[in-house]
Amino acid sequence: MKNIPGDLKFLSSHEWARIESDGTITIGISDHAQDLLGDIVFVELPEVGQTLDAESDAAIVESVKAASDVYSPVSGEVKEVNSLLEDQPEIINSSPYEDGWFYKISPSDLSELDNLLSPKDYSAVCED
Amino acid sequence: MNKTPLHKSHIELGAKMVNFSNWEMPISYSSLIEEHNAVRDSAGIFDVSHMAVFDFDGGDQIAFFEKIFANDIKKISRDNKAIYGALLNEQGGILDDLIIYHANDKFRLVSNCSTREQNKNWYERHAAEFGVRVVERSDMGILAIQGPDALSKISAIEEMNDQASSLQTFGCMFDGEKLYARTGYTGEDGLELIVSAKDIKHLWDQALALGCMPIGLGARDTLRLEAGLNLYGNDMTIDNHPYESNLGWTIDMNDENRQFIGKEALLSIDQSKSQKITGVILKDKGVLRPGYEITHEQGNGIVLSGSYSPTLQSSIGLARVDQGFKKNGKVLIRNKVLNIEFVSPRFLGQGKMHS
Repeated sequence: MKNIPGDLKFLSSHEWARIESDGTITIGISDHAQDLLGDIVFVELPEVGQTLDAESDAAIVESVKAASDVYSPVSGEVKEVNSLLEDQPEIINSSPYEDGWFYKISPSDLSELDNLLSPKDYSAVCED
Repeated sequence: MNKTPLHKSHIELGAKMVNFSNWEMPISYSSLIEEHNAVRDSAGIFDVSHMAVFDFDGGDQIAFFEKIFANDIKKISRDNKAIYGALLNEQGGILDDLIIYHANDKFRLVSNCSTREQNKNWYERHAAEFGVRVVERSDMGILAIQGPDALSKISAIEEMNDQASSLQTFGCMFDGEKLYARTGYTGEDGLELIVSAKDIKHLWDQALALGCMPIGLGARDTLRLEAGLNLYGNDMTIDNHPYESNLGWTIDMNDENRQFIGKEALLSIDQSKSQKITGVILKDKGVLRPGYEITHEQGNGIVLSGSYSPTLQSSIGLARVDQGFKKNGKVLIRNKVLNIEFVSPRFLGQGKMHS
């Protein structure tokens, strides 16, 4: 099985969310997702200040083969986006949980985190 | 699901497998971009055994091909050569594109995987009047070894006939039942080897041992796109005629007495008004994909094939557009209007192309 860090929560559509010490939530896509997509060549990120709903379209990630939607695990306001991805989208392949994060959101409803999958449950999704 | 004779080898190499027209095929083994670059820089090997191979037995085969093939078989019928062209229906619609090989007084034909049954029925329907028997060679597999180092790798394979690596572009030869041809679908130099299923694994293993990288269908698609080679089903279908599909050059009407299927329909087409397939390069960030709408000063069009080009490191596509386009146009991607440039479909320049 691919690398799945224990401090993250997941959507079954392969996005991860990590609660940071400042109360924001960082969002990216899983190692399993980057592996399925293959070489990533383009990312369209949300705008800073944009409000996203949980499980709504937040970003687009394009590999050589295809374009995929990225859904926001939680609702809130986008505080920061990873501008490194504009010129080096391939870091999502090499570092999906660290350098390859997508955006940080100020969550509007922390109870939404309870709807997300634990690493163990997400691992089961990947094995299906 | 159908499997090629090399299916087990693909699994052992860790390939990601996909369903391609009901064949379980490798889409990539490692990184699509690395595979692509290996073919541009050194040599790669492809298992394309899903393609349909047909041989022909008896009768007047030249007359048969003169009728069903829109290019003129007489161009190769005295030589050991291959010819590319289209199979048309009576309305001039493209049933398929294919290569016919002629060597040692025998013809062999390779056409697409998704059209296998349609074509077989079509060949059989028209072969009868010429006394020709159609023999589907599902016992054959196909390897393509492509890249600037392909020929030197091939000449190091022990059971390869020495003459194979000295074939001219589009030249071909039989070695028993094996057919070797200097053809391909990547824009690089190289050979395609049509060999029996029982011989294929040994050739494959030797090519890998000589340093040919295994290449999946993903890189096959980006390689052919950079070379401006159409993919049947994407860039042309039965609803398209050759003139709007960049295949006008394969329509041979020089022999006025030759009545090929679709000829009458083609003669009634006003080519000055037909749409054309052109290459497009996205000048902004993003990736062109099939179905995106295009506009230019004098008309519009649609992206047929689109991807990221590892060689050009930007997004390229083939598009069918109204005539009158100049250098610049626009494409609509997810409600954003982005800039494109119209270029020759041969993205890598004329010098590099062989197919």
